Amino acid sequence: MPDSLDRALVEATQAGLPLTPRPYEDIARRLGIPEDEVRARLGALLDGGALRRIGVVPNHYRLGYRANGMTVWNIDDAEVDILGPRVGALPFVSHCYRRPRRRPQWPYNLFAMVHGRDRAEAEAYAEEIAGLVGAACRGRDILYSTRILKKTGLRLGAAGRGD
Amino acid sequence: MTPLDRAIINGLQGGFPLTERPYADAAEGLGIREIDLVERLRAMLDEGTLTRFGPLWDPVALGGAVTLAAMTVPEDRFEAVAEAVNAFPEVAHNYARDHALNMWFVAADSDAGALARTLARIAAATGLEVLSFPKEREYFLELKLEA
Repeated sequence: MPDSLDRALVEATQAGLPLTPRPYEDIARRLGIPEDEVRARLGALLDGGALRRIGVVPNHYRLGYRANGMTVWNIDDAEVDILGPRVGALPFVSHCYRRPRRRPQWPYNLFAMVHGRDRAEAEAYAEEIAGLVGAACRGRDILYSTRILKKTGLRLGAAGRGD
Repeated sequence: MTPLDRAIINGLQGGFPLTERPYADAAEGLGIREIDLVERLRAMLDEGTLTRFGPLWDPVALGGAVTLAAMTVPEDRFEAVAEAVNAFPEVAHNYARDHALNMWFVAADSDAGALARTLARIAAATGLEVLSFPKEREYFLELKLEA
């Protein structure tokens, strides 16, 4: 489990990595710890998976990906964990999750995000997924985002503010 | 977008160095100067080409709880409901989508109990049912966007 220093690192990088020549030294100074401890701790968090990566997060729309579709699939429970990783490995799928169904409104249990330059490209990707899941699929849909209403970094409520 | 910006976006989706001068080291890998890398990152953040540069945390591995939630919002109340939902600091992303479930947002909180209470407060504040779809399995998560 993360300790208070891990949480302090999360908090200190909420706005991103400082754009200064020695960003880890800047974070270390803010937290009152040695610079090499910041780098060692970030490395350990990367290895452990709590830190997914350090890098850029591009705006899909600005890169020309105007059709951002959440494809959703009702996949046989016996097969979803076999097919899920194969859908997730497709080069045009950026996120792929199994999530619970909420009947009657929502029969779908597999979610895969695809990004196309237009809807025709996104639909072609959905067809490719359909071909892969085959008869295990009982129903499908694609939900396009029509507007970003909010986009900020994730916060972890009280725990994320440090202890 | 310039070839340099593309190279930066494609080259820095992960693996940023954990060295004393990481921008200098990353710039060397891209064949550019440290100052040019820092200035392009700053410019792309300012103009909105990048929404973020830095560490990307997994909230669940940090002990937190996160979910994807959806609501069916009547069209004539859509803006007011969006404002009410976005006012919650626990809501990180919120998208309008073309479906009967027309508002989809990601909410994170300190633990599962706190997250359930936050979703209940969102339902109370909007008078709408909130369906929660927490991830049960993650099959893949990596940025593969080509700039």
